[in-house]
Amino acid sequence: MNTTSIVGSSVPRKEGRDKVTGRAQYIDDMSLPGMLYGATVRSSIPRGKIKKITFGAGIAWDEFVIVSAKNIPGTNCIALILDDQPCLADGAVNHPEEPILLLAHPNRHALPKAVDAVAIEYDPLPALFTIEESERQAEIIWGKDNTFKRYLVEKGDVDSVWSKADYIVEGEYTTGAQEQLYIENNGVIASFGAAKGLTLWGSLQCPYYVHKALMKLCALPEDKVRVVQMETGGAFGGKEEYPSMIAGHAALLAMKSGKPVKIVYDRMEDMTATTKRHPSRTRHRTAVNREGRILGGEIEFVVDGGAYATLSSVVLSRGTIHAGGPYYWPSVRIRARAMATNAPPHGAFRGFGAPQCLFAMERHMDRIAATVGISPVEVRRRNFLKTGQTTTTEQVIREPIDLDQLLERALALTDYRAKRERFVEENKLTTRKKGIGIASFLHGAGFTGSGERYLASVVGVEACADGRVRVLVSSTEFGQGTKTVLCQIAAETLRLPYEDAEIAQADTEEVPNSGPTVASRTVMVVGKLVQSAARGIQQTLNAAGLLSEVYSRDEFRQACAKHIAEHGEFKSWSRYEAPPDIFWDDEKYRGEAYAAYAWAVYVAEVTVDLTSYSVSVDDFVALQEVGRVLNPVLARGQITGGVAQGIGFALYEKVVWRDGRMLNGQMTNYIMPTSADLPAIRVYFEELGNVHGAYGAKGIGELPMDGPAPAIVNAVEDALHLAFDSVPLLPEDIFEAMQAGSKSEDELRTPQEVR
Amino acid sequence: MSTRPERCEISLTVNGEVRAVRAYPMERLLDVLRHQLGLTGAKEGCGEGECGSCSVLMDGLLVNSCLVPVLQAQGATIVTIEGLASDSRLHTLQQAFLNCGGAQCGICTPGIIMAASHLLNKKPSPTLGEIRDGLSGNLCRCTGYAQICEAVAEAAVRGGAVQGNMR
Repeated sequence: MNTTSIVGSSVPRKEGRDKVTGRAQYIDDMSLPGMLYGATVRSSIPRGKIKKITFGAGIAWDEFVIVSAKNIPGTNCIALILDDQPCLADGAVNHPEEPILLLAHPNRHALPKAVDAVAIEYDPLPALFTIEESERQAEIIWGKDNTFKRYLVEKGDVDSVWSKADYIVEGEYTTGAQEQLYIENNGVIASFGAAKGLTLWGSLQCPYYVHKALMKLCALPEDKVRVVQMETGGAFGGKEEYPSMIAGHAALLAMKSGKPVKIVYDRMEDMTATTKRHPSRTRHRTAVNREGRILGGEIEFVVDGGAYATLSSVVLSRGTIHAGGPYYWPSVRIRARAMATNAPPHGAFRGFGAPQCLFAMERHMDRIAATVGISPVEVRRRNFLKTGQTTTTEQVIREPIDLDQLLERALALTDYRAKRERFVEENKLTTRKKGIGIASFLHGAGFTGSGERYLASVVGVEACADGRVRVLVSSTEFGQGTKTVLCQIAAETLRLPYEDAEIAQADTEEVPNSGPTVASRTVMVVGKLVQSAARGIQQTLNAAGLLSEVYSRDEFRQACAKHIAEHGEFKSWSRYEAPPDIFWDDEKYRGEAYAAYAWAVYVAEVTVDLTSYSVSVDDFVALQEVGRVLNPVLARGQITGGVAQGIGFALYEKVVWRDGRMLNGQMTNYIMPTSADLPAIRVYFEELGNVHGAYGAKGIGELPMDGPAPAIVNAVEDALHLAFDSVPLLPEDIFEAMQAGSKSEDELRTPQEVR
Repeated sequence: MSTRPERCEISLTVNGEVRAVRAYPMERLLDVLRHQLGLTGAKEGCGEGECGSCSVLMDGLLVNSCLVPVLQAQGATIVTIEGLASDSRLHTLQQAFLNCGGAQCGICTPGIIMAASHLLNKKPSPTLGEIRDGLSGNLCRCTGYAQICEAVAEAAVRGGAVQGNMR
């Protein structure tokens, strides 16, 4: 009998040994006999009609397999939500790098030349590249009014608060696109045979998304499409929806050629053609009393969705719900829109709309503090949500939260008050200005609103004759620790050693649809289902009289062996059922938006060097309440990794656009943080527990992406007394603002001197 | 018309074994390792020497194998991630990466472990600053590097450089 608790301990990563020895099999490590290599011919313009396609001289075209939209057996779309995105452009293109033709050849070195030799003539059409251009509607590029989706949240009577306000604080905040920059580029292999149908191996997050998309594209029944996830070298949302596209391309080439086809992007293709974080613009207008308490306000949240709807409505939804931050709003009106532009569609990226609107909220809190004349600490303290109060969607907070205490602990951990005073003095004597900034925020775990109910995820646990159990889920591992934590939950539930639990490869032929691996839902929602499926194994054995309430590992093995001898395969299933007290109104966007929230206070300490205008982060404290931590090493790794991406979002990662195309699609000119750029990231947890998740866990994966950007920009303001309202914040932005600042100081000074 | 280059015979020692390959002179060492020798531990992340996930040791130096024409590796001694563990026993660095959570998605891990092994061969007891500098040519998007640096520090304490592994 295993007496130590597996849940809560840092057991080693299930697939860790394969990863540290180089044996783990990623998609590019796999090849099949007779395999061809595929490549994509893409549009060079943002918008227009395709006039003519010419296959240039000097290429042995008869050696190539060529696929166009005409060769699609099913529907030419990437099935997702609105199905508006074609798999291959048919007559018209709506963004640069839109796929038009597919080529395959046995020699991968023959492909780049052939791609270059395809000449495409266009009738260009005017294109839109910014939220503002899209709003002005000089061109209509999508639907009736360039708008993919709108939400309106209304709580209380906002219109009556303005007359009662001591201050009305306004601000506009913007965030740029951000590349996920997983180190493994997108890649798949497709194989097709009349008998077996289509099999697709790939680097991906959501096997059943790809499954659904391939059925529709290739006009194949459910049992003739199989999707298998290979070891996946990072994803961060970037392999949520895009793999359906590259999978579709490889599938079409495989069906036409009758041979297996591999497509693996190079870095530039991956960066310029696939999804990024939605650029955003948030406007706040807030009524505040003289103590700095929020009386009510209006928030407008707008994202740039790119050329097709894809996931923008869902990203917008999460942003809308998080836009009010962890604060109590007596009244609020939130208007949100996702707009179309002629850029490649923006998509899922860790945080999914929340990092954008929370950057705005947390910068705005510092603006309110400055307006009222109180500290950034005090303005937050006076507005924090408390248990029993309602969020902007009128969800009553039932869980015990204590944001005051979280804030106080974060301040103590950073020596915030003393440092803030000290920096004011020290900054007078140096060109290396120091500052310290706070962000407090929340992140909802799981799908929004009724999402989990619609998903109705299914999980299986199989017991084997040798006493081992296998977790059957389509939830995927891409670094976060899915395999490890779900095995911990299964082992703990069945009181078996961790080594006795394993997890099946995410292969749609073998595992049920436990939903997509997104939205910080895996441990909380899927983990709970694993727990209940595992309990089903135990209960079945108990009921059959094969196992007593207390048992040894050996007794469990014997009981499983007997059960299998009598009844064959021994699997237990569990399906998601919404808790009875969860209510959500999709029309009014009101109710229980998420079953649970994680809460956090992050503190950043920075130095701005006024000789180079660069910002370095000297210290970073990330304190969060995430329910129970099931694996401390993995949980800490999620936070440090998310914070690093957040620091990149704030200070380094700028996508440079020209006419809808990313110009800096290389690791040499799109800069992510290296080990030499980052501070020690100090991670702390509060563990209050949660009734909805497995063993009290809440979501954790996306949370750390939300806080770094505002904490850092708040710290920069503390250092320079200059308010920046946009990320990424690069040295040239600081230089320009300081030049402009000193100019206006001169202008102010001159007349007085004359007088 | 330029004439097609001829394949040439290249001999090199990989993970302690002498290997002969026929390859175009400008073929990338990375492709020869992965496609001809079946050593897929070194990964291609960027193909232009930025990410370090293709890192291997060549005559004791850390190189990006995507930037090395195989002709340059004629007669060289190469160590890849596959050459680090002996039989079923993990190298100290590999064990430390497991213990400390230094590997998440794992795609950068082989390259980073090779860079770390190179670092420990030069500096058996590096400071945290030296570890951060020593690994700064290898990008990791998952970890924020904290647990990677801790793994290297732990391996140093346990004598990660001892095997030196350059058989």
